[in-house]
Amino acid sequence: MAALDLVTPAAPPTGGGTWRFPADEPLRLDSGAVLEGLEIGYQTYGQLNADKSNAVLICHALTGDQHVASQHPVTGKPGWWTRLIGPGKPLDPARHFVICSNVIGGCMGSTGPASINPATGKPYGLTFPVITIADMVRAQAMLVKALGVETLFAVIGGSMGGMQAQQWAVDYPERVFSVVVLASASRHSAQNIAFHEVGRQAIMADPDWRGGAYADHGVRPEKGLAVARMAAHITYLSEPALQRKFGRELKRDGLSWGFDADFQVESYLRHQGASFVDRFDANSYLYITRATDYFDIAAGHGGVLAKAFTAARDVRFCVLSFTSDWLYPTAESRHLVRALTAAGARAAFAEIESDKGHDAFLLDEPVMDAALAGFLSSAERDRGLT
Amino acid sequence: MIREDFREILRLVRPGSRVLDVGCGEGALLDLLTREKQVDGRGLEIGASGVAACMARGLSVVQGDADQDLDHFPDRSFDYAVLSQTLQATRNPRHVLDELLRIADRAIVSFPNFGHWRVRWSLLSRGRMPETKALPMPWWSTPNIHLCTLADFMALTDDLNLRVDASAAFAGQGAARPMNPTSALENWRTETCLFMLSRNSGAPQGKRSEGELPAVSGDLFDG
Repeated sequence: MAALDLVTPAAPPTGGGTWRFPADEPLRLDSGAVLEGLEIGYQTYGQLNADKSNAVLICHALTGDQHVASQHPVTGKPGWWTRLIGPGKPLDPARHFVICSNVIGGCMGSTGPASINPATGKPYGLTFPVITIADMVRAQAMLVKALGVETLFAVIGGSMGGMQAQQWAVDYPERVFSVVVLASASRHSAQNIAFHEVGRQAIMADPDWRGGAYADHGVRPEKGLAVARMAAHITYLSEPALQRKFGRELKRDGLSWGFDADFQVESYLRHQGASFVDRFDANSYLYITRATDYFDIAAGHGGVLAKAFTAARDVRFCVLSFTSDWLYPTAESRHLVRALTAAGARAAFAEIESDKGHDAFLLDEPVMDAALAGFLSSAERDRGLT
Repeated sequence: MIREDFREILRLVRPGSRVLDVGCGEGALLDLLTREKQVDGRGLEIGASGVAACMARGLSVVQGDADQDLDHFPDRSFDYAVLSQTLQATRNPRHVLDELLRIADRAIVSFPNFGHWRVRWSLLSRGRMPETKALPMPWWSTPNIHLCTLADFMALTDDLNLRVDASAAFAGQGAARPMNPTSALENWRTETCLFMLSRNSGAPQGKRSEGELPAVSGDLFDG
């Protein structure tokens, strides 16, 4: 036996970095495949208390990452959820131990299709196994345990992050005290899948995609990925929000009588697409969108959503939706809440008035902030944290 | 200052019990019951601002309406279901009342009595829809679509085979007084009534798991 096999990996350090799974703990995926030598990119904020009762897991959305409350190393932008996490915020590193990890299949430090396959020494590309939301959560559960956390005080996520939060309650009900699901759904609708398919086809239609093996050829399907992002970005907004922000405003005086970006909205979308390709891997986009398309909690429980949550009846839930979110409309959240109610779980649910579309959960919505803060502080009281 | 009907509900509810407040508004009653009686309280509220206010107070409240969302609660998941001044605003009061006593052992229901003399007098003398202290809004903006009299309500409880465990009458800001709901006189003089109801034995719905205690009946005017 090689001596290397006997080395016990150290617990992952707080603060963040990349954690490599112990060699004897491969990740078994829903597809039946097994991932060895898995790495997870993660960040933590604050310290775990003596009772180990103050840990909060934040689950990021489709193209988010672990840099939830600190500057992004690629874009230089501040953390994407500093509205929620920071000194004096509902989640305060002075009181909470906040964990956020990059999902597997991602491209910000966790093993994904751009990672090197140890078996071949080359990037996985399309040989990377298809992953699911439950697989992402399984990997998170291993990281959380390695960080010394038995029970999370809260698992919080919006959009795809909300799917992971639900999955946590279903798969690890005894390891979560409370769950927050924002602007999310318990399954992907035909429309959700349809929009994702447009994005994937845009990537695969780019000649530089090379059947997913673009890394071997030293190219990147940037045009396809940018188009995918542009199409998706529209679904994150709402018609009134787009109209308010751009209307029919032109970029310069007069029309070009051609196909330059005449309109501000075109220019904005092109910018969204162009800046996205700097920080995101095209194959990761394929895999992660696939994971959300496959997401259907009830499917594993005889098609009855309430059955999925019967073991989670001691978990307290907070579900919020937004009136103008047409990607994950309120009906989806209400469907979840009715199932939680039927399962006997303690659920709070509100539809927040907003014209900002799906992205509202990341934006300035004082009613959401107050609701979330109220939910978290009452859960903290019940958990004995205050 | 505690609302008089809340004061009575507070007396009826057993400490530490499970309470669902249907139409809980901004959560004033739930808050009170949680603080004073340590109940495990949940709420259902149709208005977004009410729900958000409840959540900001840390109450477990779901946005939804009594007509549609009660159906999703499991049988006997509460000791008490409270429906305060809301029955008359539901689309299907009979179904709502039936549902309350499917999901809870006891229902605490209050509503304005349309048989009150002021209401009758208004209709008789002026020929106009009544606007009284208990029913302050004009007909074209009132949420009350299914008003009933005390006698009507008693007929419905008979129809649904419900038992009246406690009843009280209110007027304005005054204190509650005991009330015999079958009395014709009370149907004239009661402005707002409050009932605690349960199903007559022999007509149980749902099942109780072992070791679970039934809610005790109220002590409205004993204490």
